[in-house]
Amino acid sequence: MSEFKVSSKALRATEEICHKFNNDPGELISILHETQNTLGYIPEAVQRVIARELGIPEQKVYGVVTFYSFFSMVPKGKYPVSVCLGTACYVRGSDKVLEEFKRVLGIEVGETTPDGKFSLDCLRCVGACGLAPVATIGEKVYGRLNPSDIKKIVTDFED
Amino acid sequence: MENLIHLTIDNRPVSVPQGTSVLDAAATVGIDIPALCHIDLKGTCVKSSPAACRICVVEIEGRRNLAPSCATFVTEGMVVRTNSARVVRARKTVAELILSDHPNDCLTCAKCNHCDLQKLVTRFNIREMPYKGEQSSRKKEQTVAITRNMDKCILCRRCESICNNVQTVGVLGAIRRGFDATIAPTFDRMFSETNCTYCGQCVAVCPTGALTERDNTDRLLEDLCNPDKIVIAQPAPAVRVALGEEFGLQPGTIVTGKLAASLRALGFDYVFDTDFGADLTIMEEGAEILSRLKAFLGGDKNVKLPIMTSCCPAWVNFYEHHYPDLLEYPSSAKSPAQMFGAIAKTYWANKMGIPREKLVVVSVMPCLAKKYECEREEFKVDGNPDVDYSISTRELARLIKRSNIDFLKLQDEDFDKPMGESSGAAAIFGATGGVMEAALRTVYEVYTGKTLPKLEFHEVRGLEGIKEATIDLGGFPLKVCVAHTLGNARIIMDKLRAGELDYHVVEIMACPGGCIDGAGQPYHHGNVEVIKARAKAIYAEDEGKPIRKSHENPDIQKLYKEFLGEPMSTRAHHLLHTHYFDKSIK
Repeated sequence: MSEFKVSSKALRATEEICHKFNNDPGELISILHETQNTLGYIPEAVQRVIARELGIPEQKVYGVVTFYSFFSMVPKGKYPVSVCLGTACYVRGSDKVLEEFKRVLGIEVGETTPDGKFSLDCLRCVGACGLAPVATIGEKVYGRLNPSDIKKIVTDFED
Repeated sequence: MENLIHLTIDNRPVSVPQGTSVLDAAATVGIDIPALCHIDLKGTCVKSSPAACRICVVEIEGRRNLAPSCATFVTEGMVVRTNSARVVRARKTVAELILSDHPNDCLTCAKCNHCDLQKLVTRFNIREMPYKGEQSSRKKEQTVAITRNMDKCILCRRCESICNNVQTVGVLGAIRRGFDATIAPTFDRMFSETNCTYCGQCVAVCPTGALTERDNTDRLLEDLCNPDKIVIAQPAPAVRVALGEEFGLQPGTIVTGKLAASLRALGFDYVFDTDFGADLTIMEEGAEILSRLKAFLGGDKNVKLPIMTSCCPAWVNFYEHHYPDLLEYPSSAKSPAQMFGAIAKTYWANKMGIPREKLVVVSVMPCLAKKYECEREEFKVDGNPDVDYSISTRELARLIKRSNIDFLKLQDEDFDKPMGESSGAAAIFGATGGVMEAALRTVYEVYTGKTLPKLEFHEVRGLEGIKEATIDLGGFPLKVCVAHTLGNARIIMDKLRAGELDYHVVEIMACPGGCIDGAGQPYHHGNVEVIKARAKAIYAEDEGKPIRKSHENPDIQKLYKEFLGEPMSTRAHHLLHTHYFDKSIK
């Protein structure tokens, strides 16, 4: 019933990550981190492999994946957008910036556009509070954002 | 000698062994600290103290914040206050905050009057809801056995603890965080899409109305009032030692006579007894034990040993879902309730001239998994189930009250014949070790041809999780094992899978203590004495029976003579045996 078809290569990579940590249930978070970084997301099929390798219930893996916002069950977009909702950014209106990203991209937080180009997340502080409100797209940081800037920024990436 | 710790609780000196929680220490001097997420069925493996709810907080001298007494352990010289204004106020606030995200529809809640949260609200003198805010809207689900309404969940984690630590089924767990956090089955699916066994122990420990049984009482009421239906009842052994609790009787009160009378007063056309099915189970399972043993002793290398009991429907679900590679070990014998249904709808219905579609067989069970068992396709003939449906002990109590029957004033009555006759061996099916003991009484006598010098097998009784014994079967040392809870079943199955199991016969029951603590029984509210009292009553019921061995039940003998022939005959196989399926969710 997995939403995304996962390649057998990805499943093998997951097994290898588990082996690297000696299939130790105590290393679940480290394993999830590495899996997230390697595959870009941790879908159900991958979680099942981790549960099997570590000998723990699937529900436990799922519980941890849904607890931490760093882990995602859907593939991130080619250009992952993260809007900072930390205190400094928030008081300078980052909630409105986030709303505009949602409107322009047509997706909710945690989702990816159907063409796989953009995904939208929020985070807490990138250490650039002087530039608040801040958003990052990939490695690039955008500061002093105004909701009216968003449309153009997104269009630049679409080319 | 244990190391005693001395402390003061509410100005009273207390001495308890090291490692005792403040909550338990207080209880030894009669101080009853309220708790909510905490549950501890002492002497069993049912224990959960995640300190999640903070209801049990106490003040400890020298400590800045309040401490959860269920998860704080005594230290030498500790000074504890459980009822200072600060503590009482904090406790009330904690309860009020829990209520701020609770539906508070107590009047119509299935758990009304049995809810631990409701009891605390009364106890804390909460007269208004001071905190108002957003209300969770979480999943609701109605399965054949369990009803789930997570809006009523207070995140106490008892169900998660029992599902993972006690039963090792690993289906229920906490997901997401903050306000979105909830307890859900694997991948937030429906129970029916997971490896849930419907053991229902999550229901048995849920403090609120979040997890309750699927209610079949309205359906039963309709059938009882339908003049075109012949409705017959079969109550399980464990029901008669617990039903009285719902009417204010002491745990362990035997109400067999009143049970029969109440079922008749409800309008059942015939009131029979699942105990009859239990005696029949012993005939079939006993014969299967003997046949596998004889094959083994004859040098058959392929014979599957140990043979495992198959009466408990949650246990059956457990091996079908979790051990599909070991399906040849459990006995093929159906459960007593299903054997009863199969005989009622053939032998008895033919005798009475009642067409199958007119006959409604209702089982009254201490169990929720029995509701699922009734729905199994292999237990149906042209879509018509052998047992139409099952109600729990709790549902029966509700229906009795609703039908204006004053249970306590009922005169004792007997079950109807022929399927109401039973032995003491059948009575003990309701407790862990009971099926084994009943089987041993028959297997011994059939195998050796001698009368048992002593009927009781005390070595398989009691609440210990895994019990072992070696029985002298006329010179052959029969090694038996009895395990209860699915966690203990997993230990046995893992050993079997690894080829490290050295028993001939194994009994498994899914619930702690066996059916007496089934998920359909009156709620024990964490008091293990209730379960012990029920077990004691089960064995008293056995001792009071004139016939105490299944093979000596005259109506069972007659059934074989008139209809079935021999145990494991072709007809017996067709009606009383089943097979198992790989149901693991891949």
